[in-house]
Amino acid sequence: FSGAGGGNDIQWCFSQVKGAVDDDVAEADIISTVEFNHSGELLATGDKGGRVVIFQQEQENKTQSHSRGEYNVYSTFQSHEPEFDYLKSLEIEEKINKIRWLPQKNAAQFLLSTNDKTIKLWKISERDKRPEGYNLKEEDGRYRDPTTVTTLRVPVFRPMDLMVEASPRRIFANAHTYHINSISINSDYETYLSADDLRINLWHLEITDRSFNIVDIKPANMEELTEVITAAEFHPNSCNTFVYSSSKGTIRLCDMRASALCDRHSKLFEEPEDPSNRSFFSEIISSISDVKFSHSGRYMMTRDYLSVKIWDLNMENRPVETYQVHEYLRSKLCSLYENDCIFDKFECCWNGSDRQVSFFSLIVMTGSYNNFFRMFDRNTKRDITLEASRENNKPRTVLKPRKVCASGKRKKDEISVDSLDFNKKILHTAWHPKENIIAVATTNNLYIFQDKMN
Amino acid sequence: QDTQEKETVAPERAEEAKLKAKYPNLGQKPGGSDFLMKRLQKGQKYFDSGDYNMAKAKMKNKQLPSAGPDKNLVTGDHIPTPQDLPQRKSSLVTSKLAG
Repeated sequence: FSGAGGGNDIQWCFSQVKGAVDDDVAEADIISTVEFNHSGELLATGDKGGRVVIFQQEQENKTQSHSRGEYNVYSTFQSHEPEFDYLKSLEIEEKINKIRWLPQKNAAQFLLSTNDKTIKLWKISERDKRPEGYNLKEEDGRYRDPTTVTTLRVPVFRPMDLMVEASPRRIFANAHTYHINSISINSDYETYLSADDLRINLWHLEITDRSFNIVDIKPANMEELTEVITAAEFHPNSCNTFVYSSSKGTIRLCDMRASALCDRHSKLFEEPEDPSNRSFFSEIISSISDVKFSHSGRYMMTRDYLSVKIWDLNMENRPVETYQVHEYLRSKLCSLYENDCIFDKFECCWNGSDRQVSFFSLIVMTGSYNNFFRMFDRNTKRDITLEASRENNKPRTVLKPRKVCASGKRKKDEISVDSLDFNKKILHTAWHPKENIIAVATTNNLYIFQDKMN
Repeated sequence: QDTQEKETVAPERAEEAKLKAKYPNLGQKPGGSDFLMKRLQKGQKYFDSGDYNMAKAKMKNKQLPSAGPDKNLVTGDHIPTPQDLPQRKSSLVTSKLAG
């Protein structure tokens, strides 16, 4: 292909980093999800401690034309608390698995956050005025002696320091026996789906006491269980279409118009595998950890342990492109199985929806180990490896690409596979919908990078 | 094309051989039932007096009614005893991202 859009690489620069500096990471501080809202003005994170932190982008300062607004804390609240399943004597983790923003309809912002069992709709609203001048109360709330009141006045609203309040408006509970891995808001903005290991439910945002089961892959005999649901997402434009991925590397597209229970897929996306290439690890590394539609809905991207694949919805038998994220790990699978890293669930994301003007302008981003993250640019046909590290702290300095030496003689500035830190994993990344601004989560820190503005 | 694929997969096979050498009893079907069942049951399991007493009774009396349909669920002698009770982690401070 020739670069349809002019093919200039984005020059990524460090912008901000949030979170504690110390190496001793508390469990609760482990970031578990990152998501921009539809305008990109707000950036939400969820963590293992059940907390949500929302950052807001500052209004652009016209005098500082060389940088975009910074993200500062806007609101933080405890979304989920630890709970206990008394029947099974199992703890229900408060870890936030996913956050999804609703499109903004009025002054308030709404998001869905979920842990393993319960989904909550949160309203985030601003209060910047308060009533003053009551007749029976002083400003500090003490009641006035009614006998001292000689005239009546009408209370008026006066400006106050901005207060951002988060309140839970809906709690969608008790619909999942297994652990919720995905939530996805429908393009009708009225319904959403939630998926656990074996089932997918459809909810109406206004109704909490019931949900419809639309996919159920639980076998009658659990001994026959061969695959689980790993991710699910609604199509961005067709409100009747959704996809779900499995631990066996397949993606099923379902149409809710076909039947009430979408157990039979409309399309099955699967790349054929040469059986002679099969190994003990084949199925584990083929398990899809994330699936994301492109903005147009014509393409979707899947992430498995070693690669990212782009699929054309019109072609089920193989992906149109495959990008190797860290192929050098193939010769380390034994130790990665022993230390459980082979089960790490990496997410992936597209560049901002506003910029996805054609197939050629698509860019893919995903994380890796050693706090590295990777981007694949369909336009330039190039890929790059960058690092989220406090050592690259200078704003407006372009990040230096990293390279891993798979074997043989290590060049200067390269890092060998055996030196990679597998405890430093980037599982969650997000791309601003309009600008070239990205949010990258390391274990407990959030990095924000922007492209260099001239 | 074939040679390239074999070159790609050869390290994977070597890794498999390493793993089998270390753990000779490793199941034939890694993606099968046991593995997935473990995935479905993730979560800290706590002491359950019913399960504990069932396990104790099992020691004395071999003739117990057979387990129900969900016999793959972790119960009985697989669960912690009072002595092994894990400490419940403490709540709940503001996230350091907001600090």
